[in-house]
Amino acid sequence: MKPSRATEASPAAGERSRRGGPPADDLAELVSAARGWLGIDRGELLPLLHALQDELGHLSAATVAHVAHALNLSRAEVHGVVSFYHDFRTEPAGAHTVKICRAEACQARGARALEAAAADRLGVAMGETRADGQVTLEPVYCVGLCATGPNALVDGRPVSRVDAARLERIASEIGA
Amino acid sequence: MTRAFVSQDTASVALGADEVAEALACRGVEVVRTGGRGLFRIEPLVEIETAAGRIGFGPVAAHEVDAVLDGSHPNRLGAVAALPFFARQQRLTFARCGVTDPLSLADYEAHGGWRGLAAARAMPPAAVVEAVVASGLRGRGGAGFPTGVKWRTVLEASAPEKFIVCNADEGDSGTFADRMLMEGDPFCLIEGMAIAAHAVGAAHGYVYVRSEYPFAIRTLRAAIELAAARIAPFTLEVRVGAGAYVCGEETALLESIEGRRGQVRAKPPLPALRGLFGRPTVINNVLSLAAVPFILDHGPERYAAVGFGRSRGTMPIQLAGNVRNGGLFEAGFGLTLGELVEDIGGGAESGRPVRAVQVGGPLGAYFSTRSFDLPFDYETFARAGGLIGHGGVTVFDDTADMAGLARFAMEFCAVESCGKCTPCRIGSTRGVETIDRLLAGGRGPGPIEAAPQMRNARAAPRGPAEEAALLRDLCETMKHGSLCALGGFAPYPVLSALDHFPEDFGLPSALPEAAE
Repeated sequence: MKPSRATEASPAAGERSRRGGPPADDLAELVSAARGWLGIDRGELLPLLHALQDELGHLSAATVAHVAHALNLSRAEVHGVVSFYHDFRTEPAGAHTVKICRAEACQARGARALEAAAADRLGVAMGETRADGQVTLEPVYCVGLCATGPNALVDGRPVSRVDAARLERIASEIGA
Repeated sequence: MTRAFVSQDTASVALGADEVAEALACRGVEVVRTGGRGLFRIEPLVEIETAAGRIGFGPVAAHEVDAVLDGSHPNRLGAVAALPFFARQQRLTFARCGVTDPLSLADYEAHGGWRGLAAARAMPPAAVVEAVVASGLRGRGGAGFPTGVKWRTVLEASAPEKFIVCNADEGDSGTFADRMLMEGDPFCLIEGMAIAAHAVGAAHGYVYVRSEYPFAIRTLRAAIELAAARIAPFTLEVRVGAGAYVCGEETALLESIEGRRGQVRAKPPLPALRGLFGRPTVINNVLSLAAVPFILDHGPERYAAVGFGRSRGTMPIQLAGNVRNGGLFEAGFGLTLGELVEDIGGGAESGRPVRAVQVGGPLGAYFSTRSFDLPFDYETFARAGGLIGHGGVTVFDDTADMAGLARFAMEFCAVESCGKCTPCRIGSTRGVETIDRLLAGGRGPGPIEAAPQMRNARAAPRGPAEEAALLRDLCETMKHGSLCALGGFAPYPVLSALDHFPEDFGLPSALPEAAE
């Protein structure tokens, strides 16, 4: 086990120095611990990736390598899954994440204008993290609050009927 | 001690219900957190228990709770169930939602819970399947396939294991009924799945919930733990999606549970024969499964007695977008679109005239007010060039830009395409480009066409009519050539916008103005 893990972990060393992530051995332990908490026998990959992203904030190339090793998958398979789903991120997000619903029901209630106003007020383009790392602004396609839009998720907390005043309150809450 | 009921539905919380509940608790009130009643205009709603039943107040802000407690709050509604919005409904599936504590087994039992499962377990599996067939229940996820027939296929398949999968990947904009049921009455879904398990001989089930619904995930997980002894030997687990709309397609959803990219599988084989992990699988929408306890408890005739044409039973219709009385309206099929939008919905919340209504989510057609006499029914909407989908009705006022919405439909399809089939993967991007050219008024020859070697290439510019014809042609290809409903139905909003609102694309109006 040990030698193959060392070769798998070799990209992690560079990764670590670049991004200050956890050391490779800790990653291997985390992957095995997460598998233990989950206790899933079949179709383990998505729940495992969710658990690791919850812990680490994002899924780095080193994490992908460790997951592939642990589940006896190729890195390409794991990377394919990570890149397919919008939820998984390969770069760290900002300290706060603001998601704005872009779907039709929110558009019927002014979501387009809100999107522009939020980008302007928070000083970051849609889909980007602000240079100071304080806030990430992302689109979401429907949060199921379709008669009370426009809607935002502020660090996962739902906020409906987001008007100029609520946007200002959100911005000041997250210190942006 | 005063008892108050405050919803913990995501929609109520997003409007401030948590703060209201906390303010009540600080004043020594016993607060019961229920599911959502389903009318968002009155949220946050507080219901106070009195000798004469619950008295509702809403909307209520956290700093106004003293006025609620002394009865002087101006937004006094009286008995909520007696409000016209609720009195006109026929709640078979959502009977308990908003009334009970979602995680109280005692509440569930006191309100008729588990009776359907008990009735089913007293019957042989084939009789349960035939009861569901007789009820006329059709898949509420959008396809409208008879649920009982699907179950029969799984029952008759022989395999060492079978699965029940609940599709709770409710990604359609304008729909929230699955979410409300999972948050407000999760035991109902669990009971429906346990009945399905008995009917087809399955031992294990999965609920695949989209990650955008964290409250539903939390409630459902807690409910499954509480109900484990009730549904044993059947076992159930929640799997969480990861933001891919296409995973609402049943075969992509199965791929996702198995731990792969959510790519659509070609059918056949049907999931009923080779589904999850290659085993026979019942895969149904939340609302289909949640309708089953009523059918087994009250008999299929009671369910089938409601409805219109071949659409039997009730549909939890979701009024969304720019509509005054937005919310969940469960009623038998057959109400007209106009009744839903104008009478029940109260028209656009902005106070402006309604211009367009999208029925059935982002892949549903846009209708103008000229279609307001269409009865809500699977077949009628299919004939009118649309679909009822998951029952979402999204209202737009006269500021809606229909060309922009058509472009958005193609853009959304491009973002969410799983990439397996070409018409959807490439067609959606070409669709965005074609709509852009159409809106720009056509185009001249492209760089390749203008090259001197291209002697036979056309040099004349292309006008909007030609771009529109090209767009229609592309839509036909996507409709008939795509592997699943994402690419196959994305043309519905585009074509319907072109048909009903050509003026937004700079094309001549469809209907001549009425002669004065």
